[in-house]
Amino acid sequence: MDLHLLDAKPTAEEREALDALLGKPLSGWEGGVRGARDTRTAAGGHASRERRHLLLPALHAVQSRVGWISEGALNHIAERLTVPPADVYGVATFYALLSLSPRPRRVLHVCDDIGCRCRGAEQLCAELERTVGPPYHGPTGSRHEIPSDGAVWLRSPCLGLCDQAPAALLSIAGAPPVERLFGSVSAPAASRTLGGDLGATTLARPVPPQHGDPTLRLLRRIGVADPKSLDDFRAHGGYTSLRRAFELGPEGVIREVTEAKLLGRGGAAFPTGRKWDAVARQPVRPHYLVCNADESEPGTFKDRVLMEGDPFAVIEAMTIGAYATGCEKGFIYLRGEYPLAHERLENAIRIARARGLLGDNIMGQGFRFDIEIRKGGGAYICGEETAIFNSIEGFRGEPRNKPPYPVQSGLFAKPTLVNNVETLANVLEILRIGGEAYARIGTAGSTGTRLFCLCGCVMRPGVYEVPFGATLRQLLDLAGGVGPGHTLRSVLLGGAAGVFVRPDEFDMPLTFEGVRAAQATLGSGVIMAFDESIDLLDILRRIAAFFRDESCGQCVPCRVGTVRQEEALHRICSKQTRGSPAEEAALLDEIGLAMKDASICGLGQTAYSAVESALKRLRVLEGVVAQ
Amino acid sequence: MSADQLVPLQASRRTVELTIDGDPVRVPEGTTILDACRSKGTDIPTLCYLKTLHPVNVCRVCVVEVEGSRVLVPSCSRAVEPAMVVTTGSDRVRHSRKMVLEFLASSVDLSATPDVEAWLTSYAARPERYGPAAPPVAAGERDSLPTGHHPPPSTTHAATVGQPVKVDNELYVRDYGKCILCYKCVEACGTDFQNTFAIAVAGRGFDARISTEFAVELPKSACVYCGNCIAVCPTGALMFKSEFDHRQAGTWKEAEQTVTATICPYCGVGCTLELHVQDNEIVKVSSPLDHEVTSGNLCIKGRFGWRYVQNRKAADNPRTS
Ligand SMILES: Cc1cc2nc3c(=O)[nH]c(=O)nc-3n(C[C@H](O)[C@H](O)[C@H](O)COP(=O)(O)O)c2cc1C
Ligand code: SF4
Ligand code: SF4
Ligand code: SF4
Ligand code: FES
Ligand code: FES
Repeated sequence: MDLHLLDAKPTAEEREALDALLGKPLSGWEGGVRGARDTRTAAGGHASRERRHLLLPALHAVQSRVGWISEGALNHIAERLTVPPADVYGVATFYALLSLSPRPRRVLHVCDDIGCRCRGAEQLCAELERTVGPPYHGPTGSRHEIPSDGAVWLRSPCLGLCDQAPAALLSIAGAPPVERLFGSVSAPAASRTLGGDLGATTLARPVPPQHGDPTLRLLRRIGVADPKSLDDFRAHGGYTSLRRAFELGPEGVIREVTEAKLLGRGGAAFPTGRKWDAVARQPVRPHYLVCNADESEPGTFKDRVLMEGDPFAVIEAMTIGAYATGCEKGFIYLRGEYPLAHERLENAIRIARARGLLGDNIMGQGFRFDIEIRKGGGAYICGEETAIFNSIEGFRGEPRNKPPYPVQSGLFAKPTLVNNVETLANVLEILRIGGEAYARIGTAGSTGTRLFCLCGCVMRPGVYEVPFGATLRQLLDLAGGVGPGHTLRSVLLGGAAGVFVRPDEFDMPLTFEGVRAAQATLGSGVIMAFDESIDLLDILRRIAAFFRDESCGQCVPCRVGTVRQEEALHRICSKQTRGSPAEEAALLDEIGLAMKDASICGLGQTAYSAVESALKRLRVLEGVVAQ
Repeated sequence: MSADQLVPLQASRRTVELTIDGDPVRVPEGTTILDACRSKGTDIPTLCYLKTLHPVNVCRVCVVEVEGSRVLVPSCSRAVEPAMVVTTGSDRVRHSRKMVLEFLASSVDLSATPDVEAWLTSYAARPERYGPAAPPVAAGERDSLPTGHHPPPSTTHAATVGQPVKVDNELYVRDYGKCILCYKCVEACGTDFQNTFAIAVAGRGFDARISTEFAVELPKSACVYCGNCIAVCPTGALMFKSEFDHRQAGTWKEAEQTVTATICPYCGVGCTLELHVQDNEIVKVSSPLDHEVTSGNLCIKGRFGWRYVQNRKAADNPRTS
């Protein structure tokens, strides 16, 4: 391939940012100084194309150093990685955290998503608009003027900090960049932050509400053991499960996980043992392991709590998964909005490597495994298990066609094990107490414990761990309910892709079989409560806007369906319906059915789920009159 | 290689038996559901499918019902399996196809897409029910949409991809108001044929679009004007400038055109050309999709290098005067 580049050249700062990631360019072919040798050799072929997977890290390197990606920087990335500039542009414009137009170095992403809306996010945004100015969603293309005042704010989808709503993410480009995800944001604090005062962005995290409860399993160490210390992790039972795994051997581990009847916690509830076995059996090598830490489902923050509070557990569990399924390389695909989790995981990986718990000869057992963190770019769809592969490989994060399935052909077209963070965390517990004992926790169809993300209008939001079988009401009670003077009107179960349930359904047991019988879903474990003060139509409109923003755009039912769904809801909310509200509801139903039936992936297939349940179970349109 | 090592061209592929709309069908292993349906005379609409390209199965107009599958299945890419039970005309299937057609017709200008009128009628699609189409945006506006947050939608108009035609070179135009984002041009320009990678899909969701880097004009991009993207575009979004000019002037008369097959005179490959001639003027050049050498592809010379044929008048050609 002959690269055709634009004339634009990178600045010294942009070059530096890339050199820090990729090393100095080795020849003129890679954008270095053109030497006499370069005229007699050519770089190309497999060796240079194999660097494509560095594309997203390269884009991040420039973004976090300079605050945006210029034509010169994009050109230089294309040159250094031998990727056509049009492709680089296609990938860069896929991610909401990357800016292709000039932007100040200091940016505050303010969450205006459903969880934060229950806690004043709209008022916060309105106040910011009044005091600071409108949100800056600058146009893509580098020929636009940079706003002069050095800092801007943007509206953001759920930042995974719904327990501390309203939430915001501050990023300050530079060397080194500063990134802070913080909660309980007030307008004055946001303005001060934009002005450069980091005082309000304290990284302190509250301990989980059940802190100290001896029955906790997955949350046992959080707020108890120092997440930065391997010794503390070991003092609290860390690395006993990996030791046990080496005793059992790979097949033994898979047998335990299968006996435990563990089902995936990422949303699809696929039997983990079966998945591990399928990967282990693939003759093609190498095998890859991907820990899905993209957690972007609105209302979900359990994986963040695990990674921030118990990062070594994630590393240990991945090592066990890799040992059982024959992987030498693992990736943690971490959503880009989780700087603290990133820091803690990086620290854990570094220490584990230094102590022989990652690397060529783990625990002296001759087993080789290492882990790399890949940072997402602000795209919910990249949590889909095949989109994640495209994203890591340096392509647009569009889901792939299945079959083939990831266990057959996944990352780099090799057999790949994809598991959610919480799923992996359960493996430590399974090996600690044995698969059979684990299977006795919970119910027959849903074994073990489950993390629930309680948020919205509850007194004590946070991650709660309960054995499967607890009812929705019990969980709401654990979180203190909506508090005196308020009435709980409905609960969104499972996130934006989940369903609304009514108060008379609160006795449903939160098991896979229990919610299935009630035609609901556990999804990613979201329990978002809404009291009488919340305008559900406004929540629905935000959900519709979320799917319209996050659709990858590949398939027609989702790309256009999410737009038509949002338009109809917007007409209803602004009392400008086409025909009666009932006719709009019928139209929404037709749109929803096509999205559910004909979309490529789970995003489009569930984009109508919450809206449908609000129309049919909550009857939100009753009382809305035609204009 | 000795003669007994030679494999017959039609390697003995196993036969798969399945049921389509209640009828037993036998086709070779690896056949797509679409081809199996067509082999028994059942027609299925397609938009993003083309036999010479890798299936991307994104338009979803070809979906069918497969027993045991939770969702509908794209017939253009899914291979048949033994004992599969396929239904091509159920209410569920017809509903999704109708909605796909409505979604496209309400957001894209399909006036130059063949067959689509007939499909809209036969599926009783009513694209107008989403409201009047929003007016086209200014040139370049869709190219600079930021990814992520978008402004609230209109309550009166249906969003569209409407925008001015991009006329930035003498050979072909890009009218992305007609683009259904079928990915064919990207495939043809990239790994499937041309390996030039001048264009890619940029942006996300409804704001996704075909673009060069930073949406620069074609002459600044990597484009080599092979026109292979034009050849695969199903909607007329990519069009010869000569055809575009005729259409603008109201002088495009497809029915009166003749098509003459010939061999490209430029190099030793000898690609087959089809010259589309109107009023004794070449108005566009194609190559047959099923041609064993070209698969419909040409280079700039075969595709566009025919102006000299037209320069009959001495005044047009200073070198012979
Ligand atoms: C649009 C979309 C987003 C998803 N996001 C996530 C995610 O952020 N984290 C996750 O673990 N699974 C996510 N999933 C589910 C994954 O596709 C996959 O099922 C899961 O990671 C498998 O892991 P498990 O078997 O451990 O549950 C998502 C699925 C879809 C369709
Ligand atoms: S359903 Fe939506 S997100 Fe999934 S592939 Fe289709 S357009 Fe992309
Ligand atoms: S004319 Fe050829 S090189 Fe140019 S965009 Fe089309 S396929 Fe690519
Ligand atoms: S320009 Fe044509 S070929 Fe390319 S995506 Fe659009 S409709 Fe398809
Ligand atoms: S952080 Fe705002 S909704 Fe989750
Ligand atoms: S023709 Fe099959 S999905 Fe487009």
